[in-house]
Amino acid sequence: MSTIGYESWAVDLGTVGAVYPFQGWEVAMTVLGVLFWLGWHRMQFDAESKELEDAVNSFKGSEATQAIDRY
Amino acid sequence: MYEVGASRSRNHLHTLLKNIMIIPLVTVTFFFFGWWIYWAFPNAFPGIGGIDFAAGASYTPWSENMGTNLEDRITGVFWAAFLLFSWTAASIVSGSVIERIRSSALWLHAVMIGSVWWIIDAAWGWHWDGWMVKVLGYHDAYASGVIHAIAGGYALGLLLVLGPRIGKFAADGTPRDIPPHNPWLLTIGIFLIYTGFWGFYAACNVPIISPEVIDGQITGTTWTATNIYLAPTTLSAITFNFLMSLSGGLMAAYIVSKGDAFWTFSGGLAGIITASAGNDLYHPIQAMLVAAIGVVIVYRLHFWVERKFKIDDAVGAVAVHGYSGVVGLIIAGFVLWGAPSSPYDGYATVNPLGQFIGAVIMFGLLGFLPGWALAKIQQAAGVLRIPREVELQGLDFSENKAFEAAKSDVIAAEKAAVAQK
Repeated sequence: MSTIGYESWAVDLGTVGAVYPFQGWEVAMTVLGVLFWLGWHRMQFDAESKELEDAVNSFKGSEATQAIDRY
Repeated sequence: MYEVGASRSRNHLHTLLKNIMIIPLVTVTFFFFGWWIYWAFPNAFPGIGGIDFAAGASYTPWSENMGTNLEDRITGVFWAAFLLFSWTAASIVSGSVIERIRSSALWLHAVMIGSVWWIIDAAWGWHWDGWMVKVLGYHDAYASGVIHAIAGGYALGLLLVLGPRIGKFAADGTPRDIPPHNPWLLTIGIFLIYTGFWGFYAACNVPIISPEVIDGQITGTTWTATNIYLAPTTLSAITFNFLMSLSGGLMAAYIVSKGDAFWTFSGGLAGIITASAGNDLYHPIQAMLVAAIGVVIVYRLHFWVERKFKIDDAVGAVAVHGYSGVVGLIIAGFVLWGAPSSPYDGYATVNPLGQFIGAVIMFGLLGFLPGWALAKIQQAAGVLRIPREVELQGLDFSENKAFEAAKSDVIAAEKAAVAQK
């Protein structure tokens, strides 16, 4: 058993195509990859919203002035 | 550049020199014996075989092949490609120990990791004839283990003996962040590492080769690009996989570090390192997911080890290189299970146990143990760490004082010249 479909390279490479693991599962892998990508946006959005909310709640005019002075 | 950016202003000149002097020291020792080790040691392991003096003969510094020779126009090029990896291994260790190690002590470690230990592991596990490839089915196409796990393990062994910088840990053991003096230098540094890493990927491949040159192991007439084991891959595969693993690493690191810039950029690197063992064969989506999984494990492990063992790794090298390398090797054992490790007949196929044993050899036997042992000897001799007073005032104290004095002197002289007008 080999995840790439070959247990030996003693073959004619002229007859060999794809050699990545789990051939035949490309669509499932794409679904998994897309879920990872979309999940990333969701998690990033949630984290950013919390960060902005915390910043608003801890706002102090004097500190903001200092930040402006620092440019 | 990365290492200097991470150091504080009062140390950066020494930090720069500490790293730069690795280049000549590792270069000359790699000429004297490092390159010979690679060719003579593939089967030098108890129960397997011994040192092959005949195979190494052409790579001794007194061999005619190691000079201008019209019958051998290429040895120097391969020597330099491997030498680049030697510098990298030593530089990884160098970054983790900044601001408190004596340069003389680090330079000995640099020679040992750069011209001895890593090249032994390359002979064993990154050579078409290496015993780890034959017996274990060890597969590490772009050096998750042979560069990164060993260098991270070596750094951990050294750090354990060296101890943290003054002020790194509070009295109750809580770690403090020691911010870099120049985050932008650090950023440019890591982006240059990404770029160099891409070049490294290309350098790990034989661009195109005929089946006859691989001793006829592969049949037919189709030429192919190969990895270091002379097994087929494609330039297309490594281009896809390098960029997808970089992306998976960056994305996962951004989330797990809550948008910390340092860890996000380092996570990109850790992602590539995690996927590197199998990036010659992975599907790009696999490369992305392997990188992302690795980064989450590595990030959590870094902070757990830091708190538990009070390890002050100034640039996160043990995690980004060492843990990523280990995790990457083990994952490759599962994802590439059963794939041929070599075109040569009789070699074990890739398998999880072989990859796990390989990871232990790289990180532990050839990395952690030698780093720890040499550091212990240096500590016993009192030559490992700079004095406390020097650490507090900064390694560049006398240079900075001389700089200020010279500046005052020349300003005074120029003002005097103006007054005479």
